Amino acid sequence: MTTAATVADTVPDFYHEKTRFKGIFGWIFSTDHKRIGLLYLFAVITFFLVGMILGVLMRLEMLTPENTIVTPQTYNTFFTLHGIIMIFLVVIPAFPAVFGNFLLPLMIGAKDVFFPRLNLLSWWLFIAGGTLALVSIFLPGGAADTGWTFYVPYSIRSNTNIIPALMAAFILGFSSILTGLNFITTIHRMRAPGMTWFKMPLFVWSLYSTAWVQILATPIIGITLLLVVIERLFGVGIFDPTLGGDPVLYQHLFWMYSHPAVYIIILPAMGVVSDIIPVFARRTIFGYKFIAYSSIAIAAVGSLVWAHHMFTVGMSNTGMFIFSLLTFIVAIPSAIKVFNWVATLYKGSIQLEVPLLFMLAFIMQFSIGGLTGLMLGALSVNIHVTDTYFVVGHFHYVMFGGTGFALFGALYYWFPKMFGRMYIKRPAFIGWLLMTVGFNILYFPMLILGYMGMPRRYYHYLPQFETLHRIATVGSWIMVIGIIILIVNLIVSLKKGKKAPANPWGAATLEWTVSSPPPTENFHEIPVVTTGPYDYSNITQSVEETR
Amino acid sequence: MTSKAVAGEHKHRDDVGSRMGLWLFLFSELILFGGMFIIYAVYRFMHAEEFRLAAAELDPFIGTINTMILLTSSLTVAMSITAIQQGKKYLSMALASTTLVLAVVFLVNKYFEWSHKISIGIYPQSPELMNKPQGEILYFGLYYVMTGLHAIHVIIGMAVLGFMLVFIAKGSINRGSFVKLEAGALYWHLVDIIWIFLFPLFYLIH
Amino acid sequence: MTQHEEEHKQHRVPYGEYILIWLGLLALTCLTVALAGIDLGRWVIITALIIASVKSLLVMNVFMHLKYEDRMFRLFALVALVTFIIFISLTFFDYAFH
Repeated sequence: MTTAATVADTVPDFYHEKTRFKGIFGWIFSTDHKRIGLLYLFAVITFFLVGMILGVLMRLEMLTPENTIVTPQTYNTFFTLHGIIMIFLVVIPAFPAVFGNFLLPLMIGAKDVFFPRLNLLSWWLFIAGGTLALVSIFLPGGAADTGWTFYVPYSIRSNTNIIPALMAAFILGFSSILTGLNFITTIHRMRAPGMTWFKMPLFVWSLYSTAWVQILATPIIGITLLLVVIERLFGVGIFDPTLGGDPVLYQHLFWMYSHPAVYIIILPAMGVVSDIIPVFARRTIFGYKFIAYSSIAIAAVGSLVWAHHMFTVGMSNTGMFIFSLLTFIVAIPSAIKVFNWVATLYKGSIQLEVPLLFMLAFIMQFSIGGLTGLMLGALSVNIHVTDTYFVVGHFHYVMFGGTGFALFGALYYWFPKMFGRMYIKRPAFIGWLLMTVGFNILYFPMLILGYMGMPRRYYHYLPQFETLHRIATVGSWIMVIGIIILIVNLIVSLKKGKKAPANPWGAATLEWTVSSPPPTENFHEIPVVTTGPYDYSNITQSVEETR
Repeated sequence: MTSKAVAGEHKHRDDVGSRMGLWLFLFSELILFGGMFIIYAVYRFMHAEEFRLAAAELDPFIGTINTMILLTSSLTVAMSITAIQQGKKYLSMALASTTLVLAVVFLVNKYFEWSHKISIGIYPQSPELMNKPQGEILYFGLYYVMTGLHAIHVIIGMAVLGFMLVFIAKGSINRGSFVKLEAGALYWHLVDIIWIFLFPLFYLIH
Repeated sequence: MTQHEEEHKQHRVPYGEYILIWLGLLALTCLTVALAGIDLGRWVIITALIIASVKSLLVMNVFMHLKYEDRMFRLFALVALVTFIIFISLTFFDYAFH
């Protein structure tokens, strides 16, 4: 992208920067985007492990058709908390907050985000919201049991700790809004000279469109959840049907955000795929502008399809028809991306490193998730499989098979940049293999189960579903072993990994021009960008030197 | 590669970017209220006649006075920016303080309006209200929630402007650097805009 | 520093312009109150919303300096407005056709 930067050895990396406070306070009061990114990373991984344990426990309960390990009420709180944690605390912040923070300024040649202190505030709000969500589990009254969707009227009537959980989601929403506006301003105002819009890495494009969804859709759920809180506290009539309220309106407002949230979750993951594939195919990305524009298109059209979550609530036929049609349209930009990735791989000189393997798993699993999504978007099929395991399977293929895998791939890809060490390759490969195999054994049977009529969120089930449930549960064990290997491997690599050069993958985006880990203010001199983010013509040589 | 700016040479200030960030935040706030306007629109569509009857119980006079108060407070805070641009520190402070005073008057009016409603037995879960048709229950629910959240925004806006007054007094907002005051004023105008829509929707539809 | 100062130089709105807009806003308020006294049937809400939109446009353009800002800001405002209109109109595809 530019000629290799010459960062003087005297500039300390960001782990050794002089901070106002010592030790841990040097981190939690730091406004450095890299430190904030890593703070988010640790928080997100912690929450992910909590959510994963809940998931494994649920699968264990489903091992037999009758009572296995927990009571029905506990099972209800399990799936509620699993949803809240995984959605609001893991996949939504995963890319914008973790990788967006760490990489965005590096990728566009800036020293930090536009509002560094606001960025720190976002992190604090995130931690406050996350803590509140976890604390609500242990408060008297018990953990919320409404499902992560908090549907009224149940969320108005339930005697569990709904208010803390709702307030947690509200606070997390604010954190997300602030991150979004920070990124938009950063991208508009802080690109390095020569970094035109079409020289930006595609991850930045995806962050940009995501940020718009964050600031324009999040307030809707914020106010909706707040209204439920007010309704519970003061008995104001808003959604409560006994006071004339319309619970379906709650669902409209809830999905008005929560469907676009799916795009907050998946778009940056797609950006990561678009950035990683060309590096390991040693080819420029196929159809750069199509991918860039399709990010915007997905963000825009994705905001218009929310009511396909509500086809069975008794909407008007006109409404159903329009939302179904729009749902099919949103598949087009998603498919454009998939075709472009495959075309990029075609005739590339492929290096099968672990990050690329994750991206390949992403493409396969996202395609399954996307196509089952189209089935769900079709009105006739939807009526049949709504609220069954088909939806659960589809959802996890997109959220986990897509974003989750991209998350691990991104973590392995940028690990050398973040921590200055290479990961150890063999366990990484084994971990990937187990995770991918386990994932598919876990979730593919769910698609079949759902098609056979197994309803979601049920504690007991009919005996004919037992075999597939057992297969899925075994899959969860394999997958968890893979995930543990992957995480432990990274921890071991922090100490035992080889020291990482500035550009171990021979990538052409700006973050690889600075040392690993990057210096405190990223760039000694703000670079002037002359070539594109996927132009490897000048890079090949330097890779061989560093290896 | 040529160097453009060397680290630490000078801190670059970008007022346009600062205002851009704030505008984006304001859009978020507008959509937040937008969510409530959607609820209002749907319920009004479902219970048009009952909304009309309920609205007749509000006093448009107080609403009109409060509208004019907020519009005037917007005027003075806008003028205080021009004043600081001219370097007239005390005029700027006087104008911004006028805004604060008007905000207090607005809230006092609101207080009397709410207490009147409560004294005649119209408040959430009151026996009086529960006997009314569902459309009216929804109307008054929205009335309390939307004007209440608006009032909270008024209070936040007052706090922000209060800080700005201190900054002007201390001189950290001055002729050459007043983007903070602009930010505070922008937030205040947002509060005004929300009221511009709340006013006809609650007071003038009878 | 000349380039720097130029960058920070900003349009200064004269008091007169503000006062003029303020008078306009007050007049529009009176107009909307007066119109509410007349029974316009279904037009009541439409006229009220049109007047409110004109008022907020005046506030945004002049009080909030939108017309002096970078064109990008107006584009942003448009994006936010269109988003809201889409949200509300798609919701009514359900309610209006029951």
